Amino acid sequence: MRDLGLRFVRHNLFWPTLALVLLLLLNLTKTPDFFSLRVQDGHLYGSLIDILRNSAPTLLIALGMTLVIATRGIDLSVGAVAAISGAVACTYMAGSPDESTAGRAIIAMTMAVGVAVLLGVWNGFLVSVLGIQPIIATLVLMTAGRGLAMLITDGQITTVNNSLFGKVSTGFVVGLPIAILIALAVFAITAVLTRRTALGMLIEAVGINPEASRLAGVRARTITWTVYVFVAFCSGIAGLMIASNTSAADANAAGLFIELDAILAVVIGGTSLAGGRFSLTGTLIGAMFIQTLATTIPTMGIPAETNYLFKAVVVIVVCLLQSPKARAALSVRRPSSLLAKGATS
Amino acid sequence: MIQMTAEAAEATRTEPVVQMSGVSVSFPGVKALQSVGLTLRAGEVHALMGENGAGKSTLIKALTGVYSIDEGTIIVGGEPRTFHSPAESQAAGISTVYQEVNLCTNLTVAENMLLGREPRSFGRIDTRAMNRRAGETLTRLGLDIDPKSQLGTHPIAIQQLVAIARAVDIDAELLILDEPTSSLDADEVAKLFEVMRTLRAEGVAIVFVSHFLEQVFAISDRMTVLRNGQFVGEYLTAETTQLQLVQAMIGRELETLDKIEQAAEEHTVKTQGAPLLEVLDLGRKGSVESVDLQVFEGEVIGIAGLLGSGRTELARLLFGADTPDRGDMRMRSKGTKLRTPRQAIDHKIAFSSENRRSEGVIADLSIADNMVLAMQASRGWLRPIPARTKDRLVKKYIEALDIRPTDPNALMRNLSGGNQQKVLLARWLITEPELLILDEPTRGIDIGAKAQIQQLVADLAKDGMSVVFISAELEEVLRLSDRLVVMRDRRKIDERANEDVTVSDVLEIIAGEVRNDA
Repeated sequence: MRDLGLRFVRHNLFWPTLALVLLLLLNLTKTPDFFSLRVQDGHLYGSLIDILRNSAPTLLIALGMTLVIATRGIDLSVGAVAAISGAVACTYMAGSPDESTAGRAIIAMTMAVGVAVLLGVWNGFLVSVLGIQPIIATLVLMTAGRGLAMLITDGQITTVNNSLFGKVSTGFVVGLPIAILIALAVFAITAVLTRRTALGMLIEAVGINPEASRLAGVRARTITWTVYVFVAFCSGIAGLMIASNTSAADANAAGLFIELDAILAVVIGGTSLAGGRFSLTGTLIGAMFIQTLATTIPTMGIPAETNYLFKAVVVIVVCLLQSPKARAALSVRRPSSLLAKGATS
Repeated sequence: MIQMTAEAAEATRTEPVVQMSGVSVSFPGVKALQSVGLTLRAGEVHALMGENGAGKSTLIKALTGVYSIDEGTIIVGGEPRTFHSPAESQAAGISTVYQEVNLCTNLTVAENMLLGREPRSFGRIDTRAMNRRAGETLTRLGLDIDPKSQLGTHPIAIQQLVAIARAVDIDAELLILDEPTSSLDADEVAKLFEVMRTLRAEGVAIVFVSHFLEQVFAISDRMTVLRNGQFVGEYLTAETTQLQLVQAMIGRELETLDKIEQAAEEHTVKTQGAPLLEVLDLGRKGSVESVDLQVFEGEVIGIAGLLGSGRTELARLLFGADTPDRGDMRMRSKGTKLRTPRQAIDHKIAFSSENRRSEGVIADLSIADNMVLAMQASRGWLRPIPARTKDRLVKKYIEALDIRPTDPNALMRNLSGGNQQKVLLARWLITEPELLILDEPTRGIDIGAKAQIQQLVADLAKDGMSVVFISAELEEVLRLSDRLVVMRDRRKIDERANEDVTVSDVLEIIAGEVRNDA
């Protein structure tokens, strides 16, 4: 029984899950009906659904980021790519005569995701072919991308009136918000693609030791390139969700600082920034945690602007938990070694 | 026991610099050291010997304060001491130089030597004084190195010597050299030994850890042998033979080596017909100049040469790890170009690099994943190896190669060097190669694993696999190979059938060229 408990505690998702559960319970103290779900017009409503729905863009990007970080990389440009994606979709729709038709919305969204993928190809090229450090390579697009989005929207906040486009973030299918379903679908597809094939193992191998992987015949360059394209694809979809939420493309504000949330979600989920082993489920929990935190703060009567302060505390705690020294200090000494010490002293 | 009395007489003559006795260290579940003693005297080179996992590193770390000891005493300069950190032991005059150079390659030689102890004037670092002082120390050790040059511009061997010079500058009474020679060639080792002799004459006590028996016999005055965390004995080098030492270290595996040699002698290869691999005028600027080579089926080609002779570079060209910029290559009489390792693997060529840690091991993946990596890579990510096939292959090779631990899910980082090497060999054997290129497969691993790997190579060749075998240990090359290729200065200088060739013959081939050039 104790062994089972110990195994439970040692599981690498134990701490993130515990933190998420505690945070949810904290909400219950202020809002007694926090966990309650209502059905209205065949749609589910409730705080939990809100958290899920609002976390969808971050979760999407964090999934892509997980794979990038697993290859020892990082992508700072995801927020800018999301902004460009929203800008492309909205500008295209706003500029066409039949703005509100479903056909336009589909073309606009396809174009937006296509542009995002191209940007991913660019990032991947810089990192895998030219060998530029990922943080520098993606910094280029992080800064230039906002400018590009401004160019596309002509510096305006471009609003659209299209019901299908609006549904991406606010619509419901089988009682659940579409945004959640999209994010969970991408989660499921990513999990299947990495864990039911050999892709996950090869990504980890490249992240742990790129040269050894290359010499073992792994196409390290292709794999690195692909993950940057994938994260841009995710960012593109996230950008559509963000734009859909307000039915507008805001080149400056859309997806601002979302790269930091995504990276934080990955790290909370237990994937090390040093690359290698990754956990998609961990990232899922991490993204939920960040969104729950953002929801909890106003609930507790604390001004929402202080959100960053609490995130900073989370970052510090996560860093401490990952540092070997802190772990050694925190871990309870094994009884056997205590006995040995007692016997000699 | 007779030796002990001789020693007792000796001990009264020279006061030990360090005396460790009854030292035990344990980790959760393991007794790493059990009541081990080590006595180090001024002006002596003391070799610390034992297989991997015998406890050499643990003993050194217990002495320098990296590990705390459970039992026993450490007497330094006549006083019992307990060090809690490497910094404390360094303050007490104990300096350690590790196998991997732990210096800053972007700083100059002088900055590295005096890092943390820079001479200052008016609060600022006095660069001129620093260079002068570093220069004096280097000269004292007979080293011709410019203190103002950047460390990274020097080869590893020189960096190693700078690390030693740094240790000497601290005024160490005890200098610990942990496998300092594993990446050095013969000339560089000679240089290192000169420095060690200089220091010995100055009265410094030196601990020398090495896997190379010849070097240990060439330089050490005394030896302490450990086995499985226990003290086996202390011996005077002059009164001990290599055979006695090896027996003290392992006891039994010697017979295996003799058997391999016999098997290799009986093994014959048909060198008629078309060769499996043929290269003509193969070369790459700055690494290998124009090499012709034929490898026949079931043949073991031994490549001998010093470090930097081009032996590793040639192996990398044959595998496409580096891209050749000249020459032709034919595998089974078909012309082919190898631009990436992947293409070589598709042609059934396998290559085990000399840099096990940086170019072989995937430390955070399991034994099983490490083993199937090459096979999985060539199948492509869309076709994962079925779980059952994977289990069967992994189990088979863990048994066949006697890999410890036997748990396929154990992380690669927790394995000893010898076991990691076996996993990497399994990685390639699983791909069923026709040509296996092994660059220093036995470097830095214990004698037991060494014998097993040599046995494996002999067996594979008998079953028809062609092997290119590269090793700095000429005995090993001669023991295994059917044909011998000698390289020097990035060129192939000799090729002959391995019949009655001795180590000194090979050395003469290498050295003979030196004389002609001069």
